[in-house]
Amino acid sequence: MIEININKQIKTYKGVLELKINTTFQSQSVTRISGPSGAGKTTLLKILAGLITPEAGMIRVDGSVWFDSVKKYSKHTQERKVGFVFQDYALFPNMTVEQHLRYGTDDLAYIRELLSIGEMEPLIKNYPRQLSGGQQQRLAILRALCTKPGLLLMDEPFSALDQQLKTKMTGSLKTLFSAQETTVLLVTHNEHEMSEVSDLSFEME
Amino acid sequence: MDLEPIWLSIKLALLTTFILLLIGIPIAYWLSRKQTLPKLVIEAFITMPLVLPPSVLGFYLLLAFSANNALGRWLHEHFNVQLVFSFEGLVIASLIYSLPFMISPVKAAFGHLPKSIAEASYTMGKSRMQTFFYVLLPNIRSSVFTAAVLTFAHTLGEFGVVLMIGGNIPGVTKVASIAIYDAVEEMDYAAANDYALILFAITFIIVLAVFIFNRNAVKSPFE
Repeated sequence: MIEININKQIKTYKGVLELKINTTFQSQSVTRISGPSGAGKTTLLKILAGLITPEAGMIRVDGSVWFDSVKKYSKHTQERKVGFVFQDYALFPNMTVEQHLRYGTDDLAYIRELLSIGEMEPLIKNYPRQLSGGQQQRLAILRALCTKPGLLLMDEPFSALDQQLKTKMTGSLKTLFSAQETTVLLVTHNEHEMSEVSDLSFEME
Repeated sequence: MDLEPIWLSIKLALLTTFILLLIGIPIAYWLSRKQTLPKLVIEAFITMPLVLPPSVLGFYLLLAFSANNALGRWLHEHFNVQLVFSFEGLVIASLIYSLPFMISPVKAAFGHLPKSIAEASYTMGKSRMQTFFYVLLPNIRSSVFTAAVLTFAHTLGEFGVVLMIGGNIPGVTKVASIAIYDAVEEMDYAAANDYALILFAITFIIVLAVFIFNRNAVKSPFE
């Protein structure tokens, strides 16, 4: 279980917003996080990844402390073993599809499995600039999975995929998540989107 | 024609570029991260040689390196190093003089990389060092190349600073730009023309190489 109780001030063009989150997320399940833009969905994911530090509060994941403002402790991003699918994909321009996955793992059989899930086998030698938007997004998802993260944080991960591919891919991902016992938090703009993949949902205001 | 000044210029430029690659890239990376007031002050100092008359820089270096002053005396007594009128002195002066040419393009390139690519690397368990060498540095290759070439060309054309602290000792501090000045002073226009033409040709080839290397880039390499 992920227990989170934090305060974070977000500077926006409208002024400073106070983000307060006090909730729990179920382990080994897929939770859909929805809410209007500017509600702090991306910030919440980045706080869980250790990329943004809250001003105050506490985060505990399956009993172990990841963040504690009183003890001034924040577990390094590298040690949190999270996977992150960035909204802007954040692909490495200098690496091919294959190199992206090799950067995270040496397990060639697993890399083949991931490539098959994303239907990207013919594209392994391509650089990001040689991929379409949908292919780039699939690569971002596969890269986040290649380290076999315990917690997968996905920020609008299927926005550039067509319905048919999305259905096929989410089916394979669901199988992979249960096999690896992955906890998944998935941010989506649309509250009806992805309801077929998720077990639970969390609404941010 | 005596080619020694040309070789001396190339040796000085190569050495300066190599040392600045080693120290300039980490400084540029550090400066590109979160801005603070002390960093801005340091950056202003680093940028000064771009706008300062070379004779001003040369004058202060001459004072600092002089055996009459604490630093110069200390170097002379402890390391037997004399920086005025020596090749070592020219190298140190060139490092300071060309520092902004290495730092500015590299810093700008680091600043233009999306923050998320470094973050993506961290979430994959990679340290700052691994991220720097496998993700950040390879993606600013062309800027590093441009910076190195500009540093080389700029050092090659150095005149004012060299004249102030190096003087005109053949084989030691008499670089090509000084040799041109010297030849003109002696009314030897033929020799001046030879040196000038060689410097012109080398510099043109360098600038052309930068443009060819960056031909696919959207922006001009000098922006």
